[in-house]
Amino acid sequence: MKPILILATAAALSPLAYGADNSTSYFIRGATIHTMAGRDISNGSILIRDGKILGVGENLTAPADAQVIDAHGMQVYPGMIDSFTDTGLTEIEMVRETSDNSELGKFNPQLSAWMAVNPSSEHIPVTRANGITASVPVPNGSLIAGRASMIHLDGWTVDDMDLNPTVALHINMPVIRTRTFHFPEGATERPFEEVHKDYLKELQELNKFFDDAHRYEKAKAANEPGFETDLKFEAMIPVIDGKVPVMITAMREREIRDAIAFADKQKLRMILAGGAEAWKVAAELKARNIPVVLRPTLSLPEEEDDPYDKPFTTPGELYRAGVLFSFGSYDAQFSRNLPYQAAAAVPFGLPHDAAIAGVTINAAKIYGMDKKVGSIEEGKIADLMITDGDPLEEQTHVKQLFINGKQVDLNNRQLRLYEKYKSRP
Amino acid sequence: MKLFGALLCCSCCFAASTVIQNATVMTVTKGTYTGSIVIENGKIAAAGPNLPVPAGATVVDAKGKWVIPGIIDCHSHIAAESINEGSISVAAMVGIEDVLNPEDIAIYRALAGGVTSANILHGSADSIGGKCELIKLRWGKDAEGLKFQGGPPEIKFALGENPKRRGESGFGTGPQNLRYPATRMGVEDVIREAFTEAKAYQASWKEYEDKKAQGKVAIPPARDLKLEPLVEVMEGKRIVNVHCYRQDEILMILRVAHDFNFKPILQHVLEGYKVADEIAASGATASTFSDWWSYKVEAYDAIPWNAALMARKGIIVSLNSDDAELMRHLNTEAAKAMKYGDLTRDEALAMVTINPAKQLHVDHLVGSIEPGKDADLAIYDGDPLSTLSKVTQVYIDGDLYFDRDKDLAGRPEIEKERKLLITKAADRAKQDAKNAKKDTDKDKDKEKPSR
Repeated sequence: MKPILILATAAALSPLAYGADNSTSYFIRGATIHTMAGRDISNGSILIRDGKILGVGENLTAPADAQVIDAHGMQVYPGMIDSFTDTGLTEIEMVRETSDNSELGKFNPQLSAWMAVNPSSEHIPVTRANGITASVPVPNGSLIAGRASMIHLDGWTVDDMDLNPTVALHINMPVIRTRTFHFPEGATERPFEEVHKDYLKELQELNKFFDDAHRYEKAKAANEPGFETDLKFEAMIPVIDGKVPVMITAMREREIRDAIAFADKQKLRMILAGGAEAWKVAAELKARNIPVVLRPTLSLPEEEDDPYDKPFTTPGELYRAGVLFSFGSYDAQFSRNLPYQAAAAVPFGLPHDAAIAGVTINAAKIYGMDKKVGSIEEGKIADLMITDGDPLEEQTHVKQLFINGKQVDLNNRQLRLYEKYKSRP
Repeated sequence: MKLFGALLCCSCCFAASTVIQNATVMTVTKGTYTGSIVIENGKIAAAGPNLPVPAGATVVDAKGKWVIPGIIDCHSHIAAESINEGSISVAAMVGIEDVLNPEDIAIYRALAGGVTSANILHGSADSIGGKCELIKLRWGKDAEGLKFQGGPPEIKFALGENPKRRGESGFGTGPQNLRYPATRMGVEDVIREAFTEAKAYQASWKEYEDKKAQGKVAIPPARDLKLEPLVEVMEGKRIVNVHCYRQDEILMILRVAHDFNFKPILQHVLEGYKVADEIAASGATASTFSDWWSYKVEAYDAIPWNAALMARKGIIVSLNSDDAELMRHLNTEAAKAMKYGDLTRDEALAMVTINPAKQLHVDHLVGSIEPGKDADLAIYDGDPLSTLSKVTQVYIDGDLYFDRDKDLAGRPEIEKERKLLITKAADRAKQDAKNAKKDTDKDKDKEKPSR
């Protein structure tokens, strides 16, 4: 029961076995605990055992076999969850061979992001070093892009990392785009009527695919003669049965409204992703309990004449409208900056607590994972971080990180390069 | 006459004098204090804790607010259209000056993020790109009015993956119209060949000037607009910005710079941390990203400690955006250098203020809050190094160019105008449809047999 002190830098931590087992019990004491489930606990303790949070509160005593971590003056938060990421699916953006996020074909409900996550990706240790413990890799191909998964950012294999292979079916809403830009050729324009026609046609195809899935399900249930298994439609059954939500990416008001109408018509549970103009549809989203996985707050406004701060004010507007939302990086290289996507909304009207919730418990709620992750509560998976300050501030350091009850190594490729060249003679 | 003089003096004091009071002022170069900044004739007249208010001055109460020098982005492409002359490898004759677009909304958005000056660069398609333009974000002025007065001219070079794309887009458009170079070896050669040519050109002018001075018959060489800027580089009159990533190409350009007598600003320079000693010894400076990585192969070894490590080795380092969105929060990009590398608050803020000013040779004009410098200031409602603060006002040359309250107050008017324009466009579309129908009806009439 020897207390170990929090060390000054991540690099100074004792080397930990990658993906070590979680048989060690930990007792974190003296920290201010931001549970994200009720009030903060100052000078609180957390007991971690077998990967779970066994206790959290003010008056816990350390069991004899637990490793005590003295975290006086430190803050403890739930590990952050990136609600929409490319981490694990893409290593180097411009090298196609390293990217597995975008399949060919319009309808791919059978695809699952989880299985293509590369556990050896250098992005994983880099990302978690800033307190991200779980993320949602999302296939991002054509119309029905595939199934989003929730993974832990630690593990020897994808099986170790798996939290839920299917948290949503990702659909890219058709888009009305009259102007497209190709580097370096420049912009090409098409008349609105033409683009609108394509848009309606794609919507129709999407509806037809769902209708066909219903017919497939009926045929299967009726064991109709000549019935043949179709992997695409098999994957659709939990979706049309309402067990798996659809996550529809739509940015503009028209597309968001059409997405809602589509989900209504097909009687689907819907999550809105992107949602640049979700603020225009906030009342409808609230009325239908449609949560939003917001595109990065640090984005440019959609329209030239939109207020300069529109992306910064949008989270606050959704908050005041009572819409459940979370933040996503929509990226791999910047996934570690997830807390700053939340922070950017705070000076523009989002309460600080709601910003933290948007990268922790609300992300878990949106994907139906809040029984397991997203807050520091008894019985939940022990995903948490110990910091020297507010995680929304750039200057804050993550001192220790726990994933699945294991103390995770904060070292990574970038830190190694830094250490190596810092000591270059 | 006396009276006129007095009136003139009075009116100019009245019009040109502003005092920002009760603010926490981060001067960057002279510490942080709580007090005032006196602005006269577009310049900082005084800065300190207890300053008298000049008669007739406009007083801005900034209690609870923070003031920093206007942010300088050392690498930007806003306010410019068509930035890559990708067809040739040496494009020193083209210039951003000719494509400045003062109506780019990105100017206003960056202004609202505390940026007052930006180094507008060409793209990186060519080994030797074109002439760059340092601007002030004087939103509302014309292209000429954007230009930063008092800085030396510049040029952009590019190394590595982009210039070696052989003129292709880099996304597999196929091997049409290939042009040299296709390797890093070729990139160096292109630059050396160009400078070798420029040297001969320089000599031909010198020969002509010498002959003329001696009263001999002399025919002036034909002007070469491609080589002229390179001669200016060798004569120390033009700053070179070099887009670079890998350590090998960084060392390559330092050798070239040594041979042709210039000290470049290394742009991106993501592997600068690997050769920081060499960069420091060369006198080159570095302008980098805070934490971008992995977007291309040559960016895979990028680390967020790059800026701090190079700074610790004595290199003048700035943090830039290269992006219209990131440009809006360079203050917190600077804060990342505190997280990664433990820089002090002033050292971090210097990377987006005085350091880029030094790199661009305009630190006698901008980059810190000191008497005599341009009154380019950004006011925040909290600590400028916090993600939880926002810009409330921005001054350039002492004029208020961004005011959040005014921006908010103006929004209903913009919304009204937007609705009006939409209505007008819809009416016009209806009218056009009607006219089109009339025309077809007429045509039908024409088709009827005449009686």
